[in-house]
Amino acid sequence: MDDVTETLLLALVVVTALAFDFTNGFHDTGNAMATSIATRALKPRTAVALSAVLNLVGAFLSLAVAATIAKGIVDAGVITLPVVLAGLVGGIVWNLITWLFGIPSSSSHALVGGMVGAVLAAVGTSGVLWEGVIAKVLVPALIAPVVAIAVAGLGTWLVARLTRGVPQDVTNRGFRWGQIGSASLVSLAHGTNDAQKSMGIILLALIAGGAVPADSGVPFWVILSCALAMAVGTYLGGWRVIRTLGKGLVEIDTRQGMAAETSSAAVILLSSHFGFSLSTTHVATGSVLGSGVGMPGAKVRWSVAGRMFVAWMVTLPAAGLVGALCHWLESAIGGTAGTLAVFALLVISSAAIWVASRRKPVDHTNVNEAWDEEKGASLEAVAATTGEAGGERVAPVPAVATASSVGPAVSAVGTVSTPAPSNQKVGA
Amino acid sequence: MSFIEWGALGQVLVAGLIVGAGIPALFALGLRLLAGTTTAPDARTAPAAGKDGGAPRTIAIARPTPARLAGAIACMGVVVGAIAYGLVFLVSGGH
Repeated sequence: MDDVTETLLLALVVVTALAFDFTNGFHDTGNAMATSIATRALKPRTAVALSAVLNLVGAFLSLAVAATIAKGIVDAGVITLPVVLAGLVGGIVWNLITWLFGIPSSSSHALVGGMVGAVLAAVGTSGVLWEGVIAKVLVPALIAPVVAIAVAGLGTWLVARLTRGVPQDVTNRGFRWGQIGSASLVSLAHGTNDAQKSMGIILLALIAGGAVPADSGVPFWVILSCALAMAVGTYLGGWRVIRTLGKGLVEIDTRQGMAAETSSAAVILLSSHFGFSLSTTHVATGSVLGSGVGMPGAKVRWSVAGRMFVAWMVTLPAAGLVGALCHWLESAIGGTAGTLAVFALLVISSAAIWVASRRKPVDHTNVNEAWDEEKGASLEAVAATTGEAGGERVAPVPAVATASSVGPAVSAVGTVSTPAPSNQKVGA
Repeated sequence: MSFIEWGALGQVLVAGLIVGAGIPALFALGLRLLAGTTTAPDARTAPAAGKDGGAPRTIAIARPTPARLAGAIACMGVVVGAIAYGLVFLVSGGH
């Protein structure tokens, strides 16, 4: 019976790690491709396809897998399979919630938050290295955007100066290619970095479950499945996040897009080179903001940016809360049933969030609609643009119903997924 | 312990400013050299003059002069080199 439980737990951890990998790709497409989509350097679908292929290639490029989870943040001795499962669920749920609200937030921070919460629930505060949490998660979240804003701001300003007087069609043609190239580098870097994390989790789980020897390399099926999960997630495209990054923060042209993506690529690669790990998402968002700061006459929507900063600060505790609740549930029910209950919770809350997202779908057809700060990320025009394709919307949705529809959507999430009450505050 | 590794942060910031802002600037400079400062819209429609040692300055610049072309190639070369270095860095597992 114990064997069955162990095997089931191991299988569920692997599946959940792949699901996290999927949401990671899904959530982070915008980091690389949002600006290229917004400036129409690439068609939306071409952009996500290119990014997916590069993520896939990137996952195979480098196999220096660090088989550690949340190293230096939680005590490595307390990480067990149930803790990993609860942590992963915390990361996935927070990723999906931020996606629902179109907020680019760090997938790795969500995972770390989920793990910290699960460890807290499992062994209490002694299992968490708080200095590591501050030094490796919270402080970098504050610093990354500042560095990226400075770099992208200077880059954009220089580009604007140097191309003054050059006809716009000439700069557009050139910078279009520059933008695609630099965005591709960001995608590739994402593939090499982030797919490794899921591979590391699965490898650790396999070792812990006794499926492979402790000194084992990464089995090929793990590399392949992680690469594919991330590529599929990337291809489906977190259109809500892409929209916020590409249209919500700054109205950008190809010159700004190229400067922003180059800044992202440079800061991401340099930070890992100097061992000062910064989140891809935070850097990419900062770069887009910087391209607005550096461009003479450009307007930056700081209110949108402010909401993001809040979400970044909340990521750790929020994902931690989900992780902790999952672990409590897991240990309260116990055994196979407890594991299955956590997995069921994940499936149900994911489904609920997806259903909520369908009320105001954002996809490749409307990702570039004009941004209206009054409505935030919401799209009244959805009915008009998608109406041609589907016949379901007989009449335009009344304004009142549309305005209030987010409320029921959120409370629908709340009824099935326990962490939602705290998230309501985040979204509001 | 200190919560911010100032040394590493400083390196990232300085190198980031040089590379992250320098590459777009070089790219822009290269484009500008290729395009000319006051290119007329019909610059591209003019017949290819080949290497005639310098385009007439009085009219629209049909082709960049060899000096401008060399400058543009140098700029783009640095850009391409930086991208290649980034790729090598990724492949070598330096992340």
